[in-house]
Amino acid sequence: MMDYIVEMLNIRKEFPGIVANDDITLQLKHGEIHALLGENGAGKSTLMSILFGLYQPDRGTIKVRGKQVNIANPNVANDLGIGMVHQHFKLVHNFTVTENIILGMETKKGIVVDIKSAASRVEELSKKYGLNVDPYAKIEDVSVGMQQRVEIMKMLYRNAEVLIFDEPTSVLTPQEIQDLMKIMRNLIAEGKSIILITHKLNEIKAIADRCTVIRRGKLIGTVDVASTTKGKLAEMMVGREVSFKVEKKECEPGEVVLRVENLSVLNNRKVMGLKDFSIEVRSGEIVGVAGVEGNGQTELVEAITGLRKAASGRVLLNGKDITDLSIRERIKSKMAHIPEDRHKYGLILDYSVEDNMIMKVYYQEPYSKSGLLNREAIHRHAEKVMDEFDVRAGKGAASDARSLSGGNQQKAIVGREIDHDPDLLIAVQPTRGLDVGAIEYIHKRIVEQRDRGKAVLLVSLELDEVLNLADRIAIINNGELIGIVDAKDTNENEVGLMMAGVKRGDIA
Amino acid sequence: MPLVAGVLGLLAGAVLMAATGNNPFQGYAYLFRGGLMNIERIGNSLATATPLIFTGLSVAFAFKTGLFNIGAAGQMLIGGMCATAVGLTFMWPKPLLLTVMIIAAIIGGAAWGIVPGLLKAKFNVHEVVATIMMNWIAYWTVYYVVPAYFKGTYLETESRRIPYAASLKVSWLTDMFNGSYINLGFFLAIIAVVVIAFILERTTLGYELKAVGYNRHAAEYAGIRANRNIVLSMMIAGALAGLGGAAFYVGYASNIQIGVLPSQGYDGIAVSLLGTNSPWGVFGAAIFFGLLHSGKGFMNAMTKIPPEIADTIIATIIYFSATSILIERNWDKLRKRMGGAK
Repeated sequence: MMDYIVEMLNIRKEFPGIVANDDITLQLKHGEIHALLGENGAGKSTLMSILFGLYQPDRGTIKVRGKQVNIANPNVANDLGIGMVHQHFKLVHNFTVTENIILGMETKKGIVVDIKSAASRVEELSKKYGLNVDPYAKIEDVSVGMQQRVEIMKMLYRNAEVLIFDEPTSVLTPQEIQDLMKIMRNLIAEGKSIILITHKLNEIKAIADRCTVIRRGKLIGTVDVASTTKGKLAEMMVGREVSFKVEKKECEPGEVVLRVENLSVLNNRKVMGLKDFSIEVRSGEIVGVAGVEGNGQTELVEAITGLRKAASGRVLLNGKDITDLSIRERIKSKMAHIPEDRHKYGLILDYSVEDNMIMKVYYQEPYSKSGLLNREAIHRHAEKVMDEFDVRAGKGAASDARSLSGGNQQKAIVGREIDHDPDLLIAVQPTRGLDVGAIEYIHKRIVEQRDRGKAVLLVSLELDEVLNLADRIAIINNGELIGIVDAKDTNENEVGLMMAGVKRGDIA
Repeated sequence: MPLVAGVLGLLAGAVLMAATGNNPFQGYAYLFRGGLMNIERIGNSLATATPLIFTGLSVAFAFKTGLFNIGAAGQMLIGGMCATAVGLTFMWPKPLLLTVMIIAAIIGGAAWGIVPGLLKAKFNVHEVVATIMMNWIAYWTVYYVVPAYFKGTYLETESRRIPYAASLKVSWLTDMFNGSYINLGFFLAIIAVVVIAFILERTTLGYELKAVGYNRHAAEYAGIRANRNIVLSMMIAGALAGLGGAAFYVGYASNIQIGVLPSQGYDGIAVSLLGTNSPWGVFGAAIFFGLLHSGKGFMNAMTKIPPEIADTIIATIIYFSATSILIERNWDKLRKRMGGAK
């Protein structure tokens, strides 16, 4: 019995301006779950793209079942029994589960696609691995978790022996994550091997056997998960000690900076997404808004920042009514906004980093004078912010924003917003999809804003984040304010119940 | 990449010439000699290119703001009509008259651009639909205005010839190029290229316009008024095409005909595409097209190759530039494979 099913030995891959993989070795044992851990931009995806045949390595060898192979494209990877479950699913939405699974390798009866026999094979595989997929359901009608299982099924249908999961839990609810882990265990029990790309330490501890850590393109080491603590893994990944608890002192709230009075806002379906909502944020405090996704958080934030009109009610900033002001006037009134969707709102991906840094101030001196841009001042400003907020980019300030890793993009946005020295900082999902190192860093900068006497409104779907950072927590459900609690004397259970719509007084 | 598209287009043309039993080397020799053989022909090539520079710039500029200006033909027609109207109405000295005519062309074109801009900003009417409609409004406006007020001496279907004082042709330039069609419009076009390049690269206006084009949501989030920029962008695009109208109707030609939408309007889309939407790229692409257009007659006269071959080459180049992304991708793949073999 051979030991390793896949071996990637001394892999090196360079891109213009950056070494994505530098002498990395990863050996996957038969029947294990092997985690690949690293920060955003550490080179995990590059390494796996090489294994999957999307990139060719500059140096190094790949062995599958002990034999050296040249994986020129994904079809070769498929033939070798290597399958990848992508982070962003590649499914045809108005096709059924079975149609999606057989796409590209349809079994035929004469000239007609033989859906029936394919569906029965899907059914059979589904039973065997506990995937619980309905072969005839349409993709657009099934949950995200189910779509992911269809992706897994695609690999099994093609007889994959090695499955690569790319950040599989980032789109799942906690319950779905539990289900996925069960499925992964079933796969292992049936003799498959798994590589799990992730930056979530809890998942690694819960399910992986061994873990390979890379940092900035370099191999840090491969460890046994059972005998390694979470703290140690985090340290290997980031290169220093990481604290999971946010350090902060007692909050000293001052004047009211943001006052929202009886605000009602229509959502995209033209019904009230936010109803009669009132909240206050004082200087020197962080107010967290906790709630399940789609319960009015977006409407609240967009009405405060001016991206959406309020149906009724008022928004006051430093005592001034800003309900009908333009977005620019609100920005000028010292409001900063870290948006939820960094690609849709936060950045112009085709602009350079330096052009993104002046997005809100380009018309002011020194960045421009009488309508003419001052390139030098713009460049210097970007370098300053990038330096201050540890934004790393291949070609510095001149890099396209698109080329930055997610963590660096987010740090650039946080840097830009804090650099404007706002009185009110609205941070929406500020650490979505980031690794522990970046999360810790951004949390620190947000708390620092509070300590400097700024008002912070934090909207997050991660309950942990709200509980950790906020001084007071407002719970929102179905567009209504359920209650406001002090972070000091509440816990996950209470907030969780309120998020489900149970008011505080009702809890016996 | 546009160079690759050009070369591939020329190669396809060569295949066509060979397939129709002609010698492609001879064909191209005459085609390029027709456009470049002497100073007069060079002048004509530049004069043919001039309106294309304007319409190409117009399309490229709107495109930077994420707008597809199909209306350059109508904007050009109205610009030309306004310039002709001024030129036929007033008896002023040449410098003054030309200045007013050019301003009139700018205003006319801008007005034709601003309407689709407003419709898009206020009512979210797609600019492709609105600009095509505006083309036909321009067509029929000229159809009625010209015979009613500026009827030609012999023909109902065209305006009177404009006097020398109202023409962008100037005697020193015509003499310098041995009686060619080249006119002041060419210098206006160069100025326009420089100004547009400057606006896009160096000004806050250009920064805003491109921001809206790249990502409207992010631009609005940053406090940029996207709607204002859409109107402004269409207005400037219209003004550029309007100038192209002046360069064509009171520069290259000497009167305006009714019942014709100028083909330069749609050719502007091709020029913009081949010029990768950059001002100097548009300039180069327009000159290249001008050369092919003015050389095809000579090729036809000297060989048995039909002039349509030149049009086919242009069409093929457009086809190749439209698929340039595909070419680029295959090119990368090829290079990667060569790199991998090392």
